[in-house]
Formats: sequence, structure tokens, C-alpha cells
Amino acid sequence: MELLKKYPKLFQWLFLLAVFFALCFAIDVPETYKFIRGQAEFVKDPNQSAFVFLGKEVRYYAFDVFWRLPPLLGWLPIWINDSLFFLMNDWMPMEFWNEDTQEYKTRPLVLQITRNLTAFMTFLIELIREILLGGLETIVAFTSWDWIDANPWAELPGLPWTIVAAGSAILAYKLGGKGLALYALLSMTYISIFGQWKPSMQTLSFILVAAPLSFIFGLGLGVAAYKSKRVEKALYPILLVMQTMPQYAVLVPALVLFGVGDHAAVIITMIVAVPPMILLTLLGLRAVPPEVIEAGRMSGCSNWQLMSKVLIPTARRDILIGVNQVIMVCFSMAVISAFIGAKGLGFNLLLALNQLNIGLALEAGLCISLIAILLDKMSLAWANKQVDYFGNLNFFQRNKNSLFFGVIVIVGILLAYFGSIYFKDGYNYLFEVPHNKGISTADFWNKGVDWIFDTFFVYIKAFNTWLIVDVLQPMRALYLRMPAVATLVLVVGAGYLIGGVRSALVVCGLTLFIALSPWWDRALVTTYMATFGVLVSCTIGFTVGTLCFQNKHSTNFMLNICDIFQTFPSFVYLIPVMMLFGITDTSVLIAVIVYATIPATRYTIEGLRSVPAGLHDAATMSGVTKFQRLFKIEFPLAFPHMMLGLNQTIVFALFMVIIGAFIGTEDLGQYILKALSDKKGAGIGLTLGICVAFIGLIFDNLIRTWVGQRKKHLGID
Amino acid sequence: MSEPVIKCQSVYKIFGANAERMLKEANGNVDAKTFQENGCIVGVNNASFEVSKGEMLVVMGLSGSGKSTLLRCISRLTDATGGKIFIEGQDLLNLNNKELIDLRRNKMGMVFQSFALLPHKTVLENIAFPLQIKGIKTEDSINKAMDMVKLVGLDGRENYFPRELSGGQQQRVGIARSLAVEPDIWFLDEPFSALDPLIRKEMQDEFLRLQEKLQKTIMFITHDFDEALKLADRIAIMKDGIIEQLDTPANIVLNPATEYVKKFTEEVPREKVLLIKDVMDEITSDDMGDIKVSKDEIIENVAEKILTQEKTVAVTDGKNNIVGSINPAKIINTVFGGRKNNH
Repeated sequence: MELLKKYPKLFQWLFLLAVFFALCFAIDVPETYKFIRGQAEFVKDPNQSAFVFLGKEVRYYAFDVFWRLPPLLGWLPIWINDSLFFLMNDWMPMEFWNEDTQEYKTRPLVLQITRNLTAFMTFLIELIREILLGGLETIVAFTSWDWIDANPWAELPGLPWTIVAAGSAILAYKLGGKGLALYALLSMTYISIFGQWKPSMQTLSFILVAAPLSFIFGLGLGVAAYKSKRVEKALYPILLVMQTMPQYAVLVPALVLFGVGDHAAVIITMIVAVPPMILLTLLGLRAVPPEVIEAGRMSGCSNWQLMSKVLIPTARRDILIGVNQVIMVCFSMAVISAFIGAKGLGFNLLLALNQLNIGLALEAGLCISLIAILLDKMSLAWANKQVDYFGNLNFFQRNKNSLFFGVIVIVGILLAYFGSIYFKDGYNYLFEVPHNKGISTADFWNKGVDWIFDTFFVYIKAFNTWLIVDVLQPMRALYLRMPAVATLVLVVGAGYLIGGVRSALVVCGLTLFIALSPWWDRALVTTYMATFGVLVSCTIGFTVGTLCFQNKHSTNFMLNICDIFQTFPSFVYLIPVMMLFGITDTSVLIAVIVYATIPATRYTIEGLRSVPAGLHDAATMSGVTKFQRLFKIEFPLAFPHMMLGLNQTIVFALFMVIIGAFIGTEDLGQYILKALSDKKGAGIGLTLGICVAFIGLIFDNLIRTWVGQRKKHLGID
Repeated sequence: MSEPVIKCQSVYKIFGANAERMLKEANGNVDAKTFQENGCIVGVNNASFEVSKGEMLVVMGLSGSGKSTLLRCISRLTDATGGKIFIEGQDLLNLNNKELIDLRRNKMGMVFQSFALLPHKTVLENIAFPLQIKGIKTEDSINKAMDMVKLVGLDGRENYFPRELSGGQQQRVGIARSLAVEPDIWFLDEPFSALDPLIRKEMQDEFLRLQEKLQKTIMFITHDFDEALKLADRIAIMKDGIIEQLDTPANIVLNPATEYVKKFTEEVPREKVLLIKDVMDEITSDDMGDIKVSKDEIIENVAEKILTQEKTVAVTDGKNNIVGSINPAKIINTVFGGRKNNH
């Protein structure tokens, strides 16, 4: 009784666990239960039950309600799909003028809108692409195919790679100095010499459209949300879901709306990249000190000047993190959108991964990372740039960069011209090194992988078997063994104990949605993989973070490593693990662990850093040992920060698990991937995406509520 | 007398959802307690005063007394709930947005407690900011800003970022920025409160030097009574949104109006604050010695001279005319007199 009074929370938790296990043991596995329940509507089986809702028939295998809830939401994906098709094909037909056929045509409104949007995006991408690579689509856009046929000279020639490489180096020099310029030059040269020029420029043209558009929309909406509470309230739930929604899931609906190709990829990228930009803009604007705003007002700023000259620049730090996020999302989408026909490095990467050509995949992945880092650093340098008012410069000094670029253009064209004379065999290496005519290290890597595989085969195999048989499969079986009711009780109970009725209701709603969808089993598998990944990631991340924090240099070193690793598009992580472990769950999990350890480490370090220096001194003066200080002072105070890191780790892990479907998993991701090639996949893809997002949101809600309470408790806020 | 530059007539600022209705119902008799019970907080309660051209009014009060709120009403960073404010005869509360911006761009400058510099701009750009907002050409605004940099003694640091400067230097930038548009009215919101005592004293002296040169109309907010005494032409002491007393420093020290004001004045070393003219008597027919003192001297500086005399001393003005007299007893009474009662 004494103990009960002393630790009431602890006993409440124990009680909850007891109820959970009691339910688990009380409810038996039905004899007919098999893991794969199949997509209800595809398999017709006399054992199935069925119900009709909103005119949609949903078929499913019925179990005891305590074991698995019936998929009462099974109509949702079908209904979404049908609505989408109705919107596209039958809703609001209107007369539109058709340029090509010179007549009015009846078309549904939504189709017309999406087609126009598509045409606009395509034009932007083609314009940049043809400046870089040459072509005639842009000219066609202004004239017509007939005109092109009549004038064979009309074609954009494209820039020789020498000009692009030197140009980017000059731009980098102007923005960020010698180091950045050198990096730009080297990476561009690398890309060219290794024969990745064309796909790289295709990817670049896609990103140069997607990133600025995402930035503009994100900033605009962020400002709107800052100015109006109503806009913020309307946006918030969407932002929340989008943050944890796997990027795959948006592909299919966008496919239906915008078709296949680069333009659809741009639109999807915007859908994915805008939410974090909005959030970070809002965060930054909120953090501007009120006196700075007053100073702006007293300087006589109009509302527009206040926003553009005071608020946004002062919130620059957070907005820049947003830009960084946008760029990262763009590059990861550059790969993912290859699924819906975007050209470029992503396509090559996927192709190489599919053929298990690790060397080629590595090269493509490296190019993506090189460009990603370059753009990231350049945007950062651009925002931090200073103006020098006092350089008494003459014309040459002021315009030296432009002049130099002019010289480069001439030299580049001359070089390309000489090249066309010198290289008689048809490939002008000074203009563009053709794909697969450059140097390639693919063979080297492939042989290396083979060697590693041959040499260490026994060990790798043994490790792999051990992990799968002794760890993963039992864990998976445990997760699947949970009756639906027991899971619900556990989750809702946790919600109640942490955040009271409100939290319990939110969490209950989110869980019910998944439980009532046809994919509860799959969701359990996704959760098991994510859990495993998160546990290992956090153990590694917290340990490494704490160890590194003991020394200033190692702290900075680790943060830099985190920065670099975060710049790699997520698909790149799949390459090395596939090298070693082939197509197994182990590969996916290792990729998950590597990827998700980044936020765990980073937040641990930053959490420990946020402990006030005064407390350190106070603790030292009370005579604590290093360990006492760590456990009594630093950990408790860094705890809220570390928990936010855990939150991020979960989001990262879920994301990678879903990507892992590409290697082959049996979870929600696999179905999302399947939905991509399904004509009626839009509804399924979206619903599956929402399911994954909700898994993330359940943990997000619990952790955030808990962190909020801890913060209040510790008096830091 | 010419029109006052700033004129406030029963200004109220009440925070809360139904502040305006409650103010109307209160009928000019605002009681902070009843308002608080109804969810409203009284920031400024019936403030009326005038500031004339070239005058420095220091508003003194502890934190939460409403002094900063009062300043924000007059600069219209917040809208007053009731009352009227006139800036050079213009009704401030009736200005539309454009007129308000015009007023701020040309007539007003403000200095903030936490400096409120733009972190992404250099010293020079910060100072040039109000000029560029006005639409002045970059070159002209930079030249003007450079003059300002020299005025506040930051030459050589114009390309530094605010984060690279000490607190005192940052506030110099804040001062230079507020003066860049050559405003007539200068608002200072606890400009020196965030600074170390030594730097604060240095900045106060610097501020007096500037004011001697520029002769702006000033509203200066502070929570430091000594600072108020040192700088002010007149002091307004605020408590709970109400102006308890508004008078010259000497009168406040000599005749505190309320118990609250008295608490501040008790500890003040009068001989360092009061001038001879504040305490001198009429010209008397008594025998006055050869020694004369100027009426503008601080007591401390001439006390020894007067106290060593056994008789009344003549007080002169700038032109050496005798305008009054002072005897040693008066000095002793002034310096030590008031305190006895308190023990």
C-alpha cells in the first residue's frame, strides 16, 4: 500500500500491462487465421463474408471481433478511387478552346485544370532541361510542330558540360568563396567524366523547378498561417498527416490526376516538400522577438515591408532549415518519382537496383548526393551573403564574375567546336560525355561486392540466418499474435495514462482507423519492423551521442557526420545493404537502422548541449562525479529533447520501412508499391499512406504529450 | 506658448476581451480591481500630460506599472482603449495606416530595451534601414548612416554584425538607427536597462551630450529613479497605470506627492540632485558677504563654500545679478532635514 501511494503511475502502468497480457492469453488464435488475408475484393471465396456500404461491396474473412475487427472501412479506398475518377472524367463538363484542333471541346473541369497545370510544369522543366542539354520542345511550345519541320535549324543547342561546370563554380565562388567553388567544379567534372551528365542534368532540371516552387508555396502559406489563425487551423491537421505520410503513398493519386512523367513528379514533390517548409516558416516567424517587430513598425514599415524586410530575414535560420528540407525532399523524390516515369538519375538508380548492379547504383547515388550537397550549400551561402558598400570598385572588379562567365562561355563553345573536329568517332567529349561512354567504376564495385560476398559469405549468411530465425521471426509472430482488442486497450490505456481523456480519444481514433481498414495485419508487420529499427537506432544513437558529447571536437565531428548523412537521398541507403545482405528483411532493417540513427544521435547531442552551463558548474561544485552528473543532471534535463529525437527516429524508421518495400517486405509498403501498378490503386495507395501516417501520429501524439508534461515538470519551456 | 508636441488627454489602455465596453460603463472611473475580476487588465489609467518642444519627459515606474504600455500608446504600437493623443496637433488615433506610416517615417524614432537590431544586417545596414524603408537611394542612405555611425562613435565597426558587438555598442546602433531619419520626437524604452552600471553611466552622459546637440522632444522610459533624476526635465512617476506625480526632479524630491513617490525620494542624495535655485530664498536685507554662488550650481559643489560662511550668501544668475539668497541653515536643512522624520 505504501508503495502504491508512492508510485501511483507505476502501478497504473503495471495494471495496464496486466490487462493487456490477460487479453492476449484469453483470446485464442482462430483456427482459420492465416497471416495474409488478401485484398478482400480481389479474391472471391465462399468462406468470405461481405457487406455493402455506399453501393460498394466489401468482402473479407470474418474472425471473432476480439481477434480482428471487421474491415468496416474497406469501402473507403474503393470510394476514394471512384470519386477521383468521377471528378476527373464526369464532373462539371465544360466547353474549352483547344489550340491544336482550333475548336471548342467538352471536357470535365478538373481534367482541364490538371492538364493546364501539367502543361505549365512540363514547359518549365523542358525549358531548363533544354538549356542544359539541348532540344526543341520549348520552341515547339511557342510555335508548332509544323514550324519546326519547316525550319530544321530551330533547336536549342544545349550548353557544353565545360560551361555548366565552370559556370556553377563561378556561381559557387560568388556565393560562398573558394571552397565551395572547388567543390562545385570537382563534382560537376566527376559527373561528366563518369558519363552521368545527361541523367544528372535531367534530375537537376526537375529539381530547379520543384525546389523553388515548393519554397515559394511553403513560404507563402507559412506567412498566411502566421497572419491568420483561421488559415493555421485549417492547415494544421493536413500538415500533421503529411509529415508522417510516406512519399510513396502520394504517388498513385497524383498519377491519376496528372498522369505519368516529370511534371507529375514536380507536383508530388511539392505536395511532400511544402508542409515542412510551412511549419518551419511558421516556427521562425513566431520566434521573432516582439521588439524587433516594433522596431520595424517604428521605422515606418508598411505591412509588406515588415514581412519582407524584418520578419522573414529575422526568421532566416528556421526558414533556411526549411529550404534545406525542401532540397532534401526534392532529391529523395527525384528517385521515388522514377516510379511514375520521371527521367534522370533516379530512374538509373532504380534500374540498377532492380538488376542488382550495385556498382551502377552506387555511381548514380553518388551523383545525386553530390548535387544535393552542392545545392544545399549554395542555398545556404546565398542566404548568408553580405553586401560590401565600400569597395571602391571599378567596372571590371564589379563585374568580374559575369565577365569571367562570358569568357568561359566563349572558351567552352570553342572547345566544343575543336572537340567536334578532334573526336572523329562521333562522340564529342568536350560537349557531352555520353552515358556509359565515360569512366565507370561499376565493375570495380561489383567485383568488390562479389569478393566480399564470396569471402565472408559464411559469416554473413550465419548472421543473417540467426537474425531472421532467432530474432525477427519470433518478434513478428509476437506482434501478429496480439488480438486487436488487446492492442487497442494497450494503446488507448497508454494514451489515457499519459495525456488523459483527450489523448486517449485521439489515439483511439487513429488506431481504430487502421484496425477497421483491411490492412491491420500488414500494419502490425510495419510496426514490428519500425519498432525493431527504432530500438536499435535509439540504443546506438543515444550511446554514440552521449559518448561524443564528452568532448567538444567529437561533438562537432558527429554533428557534421549527421549533416552529411542526412543529405543522402533515402534510396542511397539501400545500396550498401543490398550489397551485403541481398534481398532480405535484414537489408531493410539495416537500412532503417542506419537512416534512423541520424536523428537519434543528433537530438541526443543537442539535448545534452541545451543543458545550461550554469547547472554544470553548480553540479561540479556540489562534488558530483562525471557519471552522477550525467545521470542526475544532464539526462533528466536533456530528456525532453531526446524524446523529440525519438519521435523523429520513429518517423525516419517508418519512412525507410516503407521504402524497404522496394527490396521486398510483407507490410503496408508492399501494398503501396503494388498500388502503383494498379489502375484502381489511387484509393488504396492513399488509404495505405494514411494508415502509415496514423501509426506515426499515434507515437507522435503520445511522445509530444509526455514531453510537454516533462517540460512543465522541469520548468523548462 | 506654442503647441505641445505630445499631448495626452485621459488616455486609457485596458487589455481584455470586452475592454472597450467596460471602459464605457466605468464612466471615467476605472478601478483596476473590478476590471481584473472581469478579466481585464488595466495598463494605463487616465494619463493626461503634455510634452513641449525640446523637452525631455522621463516616465519612471517599476515593472508592470504601465510605463512601456503608455509609450506604446503614444507611438501607436498598440491602440489606446480610450482618450485622445495629439502629436503636433494631429489626432494620432484618427490617422489611417498610410498617415501613420508617414508620421513614423519622418517624425518618430524609437530605441528599445533589448536593442531590437536586425540580426542579418550589419551595423551600417541597420542604421540605414529606416532610410531605405522610406525609399531613399542606397548610396544616400548609406552615406547618411555613415554620419550616424560617427555620431555615436562606432567608426570602424560599421561592417560588424550586431552579434559581434557588446551590449553598449549594440545600443549605440539602436540609437543611431532611431536618429537616422532625423525625427522630431524621440522615444526611448528603457534603453540602458540591459547594460552594466559603468557602461550605463557612460551611455547616459553620451545621451545628454547628444540631446544638447540635437534638442529633440523626448519621452524616456526607465525603472531607475537615479537615471530619471539625472536626465529629466520633468519626471512622471507611474504606479499601476496611474501617473502618481508629474513634476520637475527638484519638486519631486522636495515635495513628493504621495507615499509611493516618497519611498523613492527618501534615499536620494539631495545635495547631488538639487540646484541652488531649487532651494534658495528671496533676496533679503541681511548682511551678505562677498561670496556669491551661481543659481545653477549643484548644492554639493558649493556646500562647503556656503557652510564655512557664518552668514547668508548671495545667489547670482548667469549675468552676475543677484537673484536670491541662501543661508547655511537652509543647506543643512535641505540635505539632512527631511530624513530625520523618518527614523
